[in-house]
Order: sequence, then structure tokens, then C-alpha cells
Amino acid sequence: MSALLRVEDLRVRFRTMGPLKALATGTKAPFIDAVCGVSFEIRKGETLALVGESGSGKSTIARTIIGLQRAVSGSISFDGQEIEELSGAERKPYLRRMAMMFQDPIGSLSPRLTVRSLLTEPFRIHGLKRRDAGGEAERLLRMVGLPADFARRYPHQLSGGQARRVGIGRALALNPDLIIADEPTAGLDVSVQGEVLNLLARIQDELGMAILIITHNLNVVRHMTDRMAIMYLGRFIEVGSTERIFEHPRHPYTEALLAANPEPDPDAVLNRIELKGEVPSPMSRPSGCEFHTRCRYSQDICSRVFPEPTASREDAHHSFKCHFPLERETAMPIEQRRLSVAGPTLK
Amino acid sequence: MRHDDPRPPLSSSRPLLEIRDLNLDFGTPRGRIHALRNVSLDVPAGQVVGIVGESGSGKSTLAYTVMGLLPESADVKAGSILFEGKDLLKMPAPARRSLLGDRLSMIFQDPMTALNPVRTIESQMIDIQHHEQGSRSEKRTRALEMLHRVGIPDPQSRIGAYPHQFSGGMRQRVCIAMALLVKPALLVADEPTTALDATLEVQIIHLLKDLQKEIGCSILFVSHHLGAVAELCDRVAVMFAGEVVEEGAVRDIFHNPAHPYTRALLECDPGRIKKSTRTLPTIPGEVPSLLGSKEGCIFRTRCPQAFNRCLQENPVEYRIGVDHVARCHLLDEERLVSA
Amino acid sequence: MVGVEVMRPKLSDATDTGAFRTFLGQFRKNRLGMLGAVLVILIAAIAIFAPLMITHDPIRIMVGPRLAAPSLDFLLGTDQLGRDTFSRTIMGGRIPLLVAFASLGSSLAVGLVLGLIAGFGPRWLDNLLLLLFDTIRSFPSIIFALAMIALLGPSLASVILVIAITSMPIYARVVRTQTEALRSSEYIAVERSMGAGTTRILAVHVLPNVFGPLLILVSMDVPAVIAIEAGLSFLGMGVRPPTPDWGAILNDGYSYINQTPWLVIAGGIPIVLATLGFTFLGEALRDIFDPKLRKDL
Repeated sequence: MSALLRVEDLRVRFRTMGPLKALATGTKAPFIDAVCGVSFEIRKGETLALVGESGSGKSTIARTIIGLQRAVSGSISFDGQEIEELSGAERKPYLRRMAMMFQDPIGSLSPRLTVRSLLTEPFRIHGLKRRDAGGEAERLLRMVGLPADFARRYPHQLSGGQARRVGIGRALALNPDLIIADEPTAGLDVSVQGEVLNLLARIQDELGMAILIITHNLNVVRHMTDRMAIMYLGRFIEVGSTERIFEHPRHPYTEALLAANPEPDPDAVLNRIELKGEVPSPMSRPSGCEFHTRCRYSQDICSRVFPEPTASREDAHHSFKCHFPLERETAMPIEQRRLSVAGPTLK
Repeated sequence: MRHDDPRPPLSSSRPLLEIRDLNLDFGTPRGRIHALRNVSLDVPAGQVVGIVGESGSGKSTLAYTVMGLLPESADVKAGSILFEGKDLLKMPAPARRSLLGDRLSMIFQDPMTALNPVRTIESQMIDIQHHEQGSRSEKRTRALEMLHRVGIPDPQSRIGAYPHQFSGGMRQRVCIAMALLVKPALLVADEPTTALDATLEVQIIHLLKDLQKEIGCSILFVSHHLGAVAELCDRVAVMFAGEVVEEGAVRDIFHNPAHPYTRALLECDPGRIKKSTRTLPTIPGEVPSLLGSKEGCIFRTRCPQAFNRCLQENPVEYRIGVDHVARCHLLDEERLVSA
Repeated sequence: MVGVEVMRPKLSDATDTGAFRTFLGQFRKNRLGMLGAVLVILIAAIAIFAPLMITHDPIRIMVGPRLAAPSLDFLLGTDQLGRDTFSRTIMGGRIPLLVAFASLGSSLAVGLVLGLIAGFGPRWLDNLLLLLFDTIRSFPSIIFALAMIALLGPSLASVILVIAITSMPIYARVVRTQTEALRSSEYIAVERSMGAGTTRILAVHVLPNVFGPLLILVSMDVPAVIAIEAGLSFLGMGVRPPTPDWGAILNDGYSYINQTPWLVIAGGIPIVLATLGFTFLGEALRDIFDPKLRKDL
């Protein structure tokens, strides 16, 4: 099956100081590598999640795909066409076929425009001026489940959940093939998070677009995505089908992430895995396996040798970078693990 | 019913903090917002009490009211906040101020804004001990011990650093160190882990838990994260639209929620949903406007079980367990049926 | 498919009618602001329709006795040359207002464009423009004004030019700061991600957000310009006699204050009223555009 979006060996770096200062201080590489050598593809109608904590480079990948950020090397192709090199007007036809939703539901809406103009902004940008703006806005509002009179409101008059719906409506305006959703549930209450995810799922069922979800919240991923990639310090450390990874995580970092979002139960949460320390600075990457500084299974070899990607024996599409991947005996499925430590159930 | 819970019995002595019938309004250009209505809550000595609720529930307002850090537009209409037997609301301002950073201290959601960006951690940590006796070097030693205790690596060299030189997680550790340095009787924590990544949240929760046991203080822990509350707290109050709708021991709340809102909130938590599904549970409707006076139950517009009585009458607290209460007419109806 | 098009020509991009209405509603509640607006409109109307309102030729001397007290014929009396003070006062507002609008308008336009470029363009251009702004601002403005007038000769044009040049960097800097803050905001990133060009982003999303604060600055600068113009005329560096001008009338009034107070009143009161009017207006605008207050809407 052909890939809608294919990213190959993508590298993105940020400058940490100007060239003059670097020269003066004798810094040889005044850069940090936010994304180092990431490859993946999304097929038509598929949902992929990039999961990681702040600083893992997941949002940078999204911004690079959409063209807000330049790559140092690597390729991004959309529907078979290389788009990384394109700029401005050349890229515009591709931007019409993908839409990105940003983290802040209200902050991503231009504050002086009404919901109606916000929803129809994509038409104006792409020169589709003769469309019936009122009708289009109404259609999009209906699609995201907001009453038609919301068209006259301004962003500050919306709640977080409503603003997020408007953002989804705007992303849908041009009927894109790919939606990139950067933390679609950030800043929303749990009851509203469900609404937003249900809406995205429903729309995907109806329109069949592919979705790239970027999040730190594994609970979001579980019900929405087909495949997931877990990121640490700008690299993928585990990739595979969502179901497979939830059932049997192989990388210790994935295991800790899964355990960090537990079921709210006072008797079952004792097993949250506490990782040592914090994510190292990308300016001074640890040697060998970059996770070894926080890993509870770390051994001598981990600090010396960078682990190559290994495919799982059971599933060739599930791969991970770890010298001592978790086996079924050590890594129980997350529910079982919790049951085993659960206290007396009261009922 | 269930009275065999393993929760330690409440001590017979007075709670450290007693909030009674607190009513608080905010004056806005559009009218008065009733941000807290008839809020009563106890924080027993040495226990961790969680306040959970969604945005707009008034949980942070309650924390700020206890600390006396409300904006000028806030107006306490009625009620009392007894801390160690004295009413904080009736206390003269200087007396109340002298409690802060001594018997009462607070940690905030955003550790960056809670620290002064242009002063070193050292000078801020020495300053906060102004209620204490001792020389500057003694205070510095105490600060170093505390930084070490909260897990700042190499405190000797880090104490001279400025807040921006720490990462987010380390900054929150510094804030915790500062708040606990004065050995307060009550620590008010307003969403201290919201701005942190999940793996750091685990660390901070464990740290708070350990330190609380060590120092023996009480914590009033405000959070929207049910998982964190379940892990840290002994007692939980659930707030909705300015009211405490249910309160009880943590196991009562999580295993036997009595209020429809608590049940819905627990159901919504995606951590609970084990099977892969395309439709997650939600609570339909919006948080009601708190402008003007309201008749009936505040949750009725979103409640799947609302009936006639909910439209007319604001439910009072019904007792379910030894110290498990909820404001819902259904509980009264149940009682009537069984009687 | 989205492509089913209903051809209806009515696609109005006028999105701000609602915002404008809330703005008007807020403005009405601000009493000093309303007073200011009324004063400004009144003064502007008098200046525009001045030729229709005068009772005598303001330049002709000896239309009446010298330094006469007000009478039905000479509503504000006459000056030392026997000219009608009322007519001169009415006409005297045209020059200060012309100077204010011409100078501030041109510096607003230039400042806006340069500020947007500095705030949104590449870093090196930003640095270059900032250097330019700071260079202009580093000249003491009075010395600069005197030098320009010495160079170009005392005329209205040079007064306008001096004010335009010296006030431009202030506006440009305000615009630049605002633009730069907006540049990194999420909704601008959204626009870019949808493929919007820089011109569209600047016109639709940045301009409306910088224009408010700029308007406040300008309306609060008008009184200062009126005062500068009056001051220069007072020093004999602005308009040449016999052109009627508030500053010149005031100047005459000081010389004859022992004989009659009317000249000082006739020249001074309009300056005071214009200053108050524009200041109240500017403060009201500032109160309304203040983002903290706007959140409470």
C-alpha cells in the first residue's frame, strides 16, 4: 500500500548561539539536534501517534512536515512527492491537503476574528473566494457539533473544548488527506478530552483522512491510533502497533510511560515506576544508549554501545532500541501488573 | 453498607483546618460570580486532603482563600476558616501574614513564576526563614539540607544558581524545599504537577508523600488529575461549579463514589478504559454559569439521573459512611425507600 | 465533497462589526472619553468649517479699534492691530490641527510600515532598523528642530517634517515590539501552516492587533504637537504673521496682558480644550484596548 506521508532519516537542529558567539567561545557545534534520524510513514486513513515527553522532538517533527521548520537532512514526501525542499508558493498546494492543529485551543485562534471568519480562513488563503462563507461556516460548525450561532462569537468567548472544536472545524475546511494534531487534548478537562477524541474518531470514520497525533499522554493514544512511535531525545526508541506495545512494551522507557498514566485507584497505583532523574539535555547526550542514565535495568554495555533497532520475534513491525528488552516474564501487561499489587478490593 | 474500610480512624482532636459554610463571590463587570457556595471541609492534622474538580470548579479559589491570596474583586460573603482554632478570616492582616511562610506555606502550579527570577535560590531560601532564629550560615545549612532532601543533585554548587538555571522539575523541587523549610503545619499545593511531564509527576508525588510523612504536616492538594490524588491523598473532596459535591476517605471516593458527578468523572478518566474503543465516555453539557442565584442542584443540567426534586431544591449533605458525605437527592430517596 | 458551490456574491470579510459594537458600547460608558470625543469632533468641525463661521477677515487690520473689549460686533474683542480676535481664533485652529494630522499621520504611516518590517522581517534587517530608530532618537529633539528650521527655513513644512521624523521611531518601536510578540504566537503559526503568505498574515492578523495601541499613542501625542507648534510660533519659528494661529494669538496676548485679558483667553482656551479633548480620548482608548480589561468582556 502506498504511503501518504513518508519521512526518511529526518534531522532537525536548532542553533543555540549566533555564529560570532560560537567563534568567540570556541564552541565547535553551536547546535542541538532536536530530531536525529527519524523515519516513518503514514498510510491513507491511518492514525499514527508520536509519543514523548517535553523536549523529545515530537512537535518539531510536526512543524517540519508542515514547513514551519527546516530540516538539516532527510526527506519528507507527501503522496510520492518530495516536499521538504519546497518553499512558499510551491508548498501551498500540499498545505491545502494537510492541516495542523496546534496545542493551545484558544491561543491558536486569531483573537480578533469571529468563529465564522476563522472557519473560512482556509478558503480565503487558497483563493476560493466565491464560496458561500456563511454556509460553509455553518456546515463546519454542524460537523464539529457546535450550534450555528457560534459563528458570531470571538475566541475569548469560547471555552477550551469549544475552541478546540472550532480548531478541528478549521482543519477540516478543505477536506484534507492528513490532519496533524499536536496535543489535541492539552489544557482540556478529562470530561472534555473524551468529547474531542470522540469527535476526531467520528470524523475520521466519516471522511477517512489520516491522522498524526502528537502527545505525551498515552491514554489518548490507546483509543485513537493504529500505530505508535515512542520518542526519547529526538529518536524513536520503540515503534509498533498500538495494541502490541500496550500489551507488551519492550523498551523500559515505554514501560515507565505506560505506568505513569495509571488508573485512578488508591489501591492500584503503588506500582508507578519512578524513573531516576530527568531527561538529559540534548546538548550533552549520554553515551551509548541515551536512556541508560534513567534506566533501572541499565548495565555496563548500555553506557558504551548505542543499541541498534531490533525487530520483535513475534511481530516484524514492532521494533525497539534496547540491549535488554523486556521479556513477557519481566514486563507483564499493564493491567495484570497492577492487579498483582492491588490491595483488598472493597465492594 | 461498607464500614469495614481500612482507613485509620479519625483522631478525636480538632482538625488542623476547618472550613465552614464558606461563600465567596467575585465582582465582575457582568455581575457577581458565586465562585464558592457553602463549602465545608476539614483537613485533619497529619493528613493529605485532595480537592479534585475540573476547571471552573473553584478548587484553586478555595486554596487561595485559605492562603489569603485572593484578588481584590473577591468578597467572602459568609463562613469561617479555622486554622489551629483561630478564624483566619477574622484575624487582623498582620497576624494572618505572619502565619504565611511559618505555619502555612504554599506551592504553585508554575514553579517559574513562584520564584523571583533575579535572585539566587540561596538568598530566597534564607529569606524565607525570617521567622526562624539563627545566623545566616545556620539558615544556609538548613537550606542545603533541604535541597539535598528534595533531590537536587550537588546542592553545594547549585544553591547559588538562579531559578532559570534549573529545569522545570528541579524548579518544582526547589519550591517544595522552600515551602517545607519552615516546617509548616499545613502545605497548600495548587496543581503542583500539572506543568510537569508524567514521569516527573511520579517523582514529585513520591517526594511529597515521603516528606509529608517525615515532617508530619498536613497537605491540601489541589489537582484535576485523579491518578495523582488517588496516589497521594488520604481524604478527597470533589468540587463542581463552586460546591463540594462529595467528600470522604480516598477509598470511599474511588471505590464507592456516591455522587453522579464523581462517578462520571471517574468514568471519564482514560486510564480506566481498558478495551480499545472509538467512543470514550464524556460528561455532556458545559459547566453552568455561576452568575446570579441558582435554584436546585448545580449539577442537574448535566446529570443523567436528574429528577423533579433536583430542579427545585438544592441538596444538603447526606451522610453515606462514617465520614463520607455527598450532596445528592438520590441518596435521600434511597434512604426513604429502604426505610 | 466540499466543492458544491452555491454562487452567492455576498461574502463579506467585514468581520469586526461585532467587535466595533462592543467597542462603542464600552466607549459610551467612559464619560471622560465621551467628553474628549465631543471636544475633538467640535474642534475639528470648527477648523474645517472655519471660513463659514468667521465674522470678519482675520488678516485685515483696523477692522475695529485696537484692543477692544468683546462686543456684539467683535465677539472676543480685537487685538493690538485692530483685527477681529474671534475670527482669528476660529481660523487659528486650522494650522495646529493641520500640523498635528499631517506630521503624526505621516509618521504613523512610516512607523507602521518600518515597525512591521522590523518585527516580522529577517533579524539583520530588524537590527538595522533599530539602529536607525535609535540614531534618530538620540538627537535632542529641540536642537534637531532648530537645526532643521535653520536648514529649511521657518515654514509650516519644516515644522511638520521635524515632528514627523522625531515621532516616527517611537511608533515604529511600539509596532515592532507588538509584531515580534505576535510573530511567535500560535495563531500565526496556524496561518503559516495553512499556507498564508506574509502579506496576508500582516494585514489580517497582525495589523488589527497593533493598530489599537498605536492609535492610543497617536491621540495622546496630538496635544503635544499642538503645544510644540504653538511654542514654535511663539518663538517666531513657526507660522509667520499675519497668519492666524493659537500660538501667535497667545504670543500677542502676553505682550498686551496689562491692557486686556481677552487675547490670552482667546488663544489659550482653545489650546487647553484641544489638549484635554485628545488626552481624554487617548486615555479612554487605552482603557478599552487594555488586554486585561478586554478579557472580561
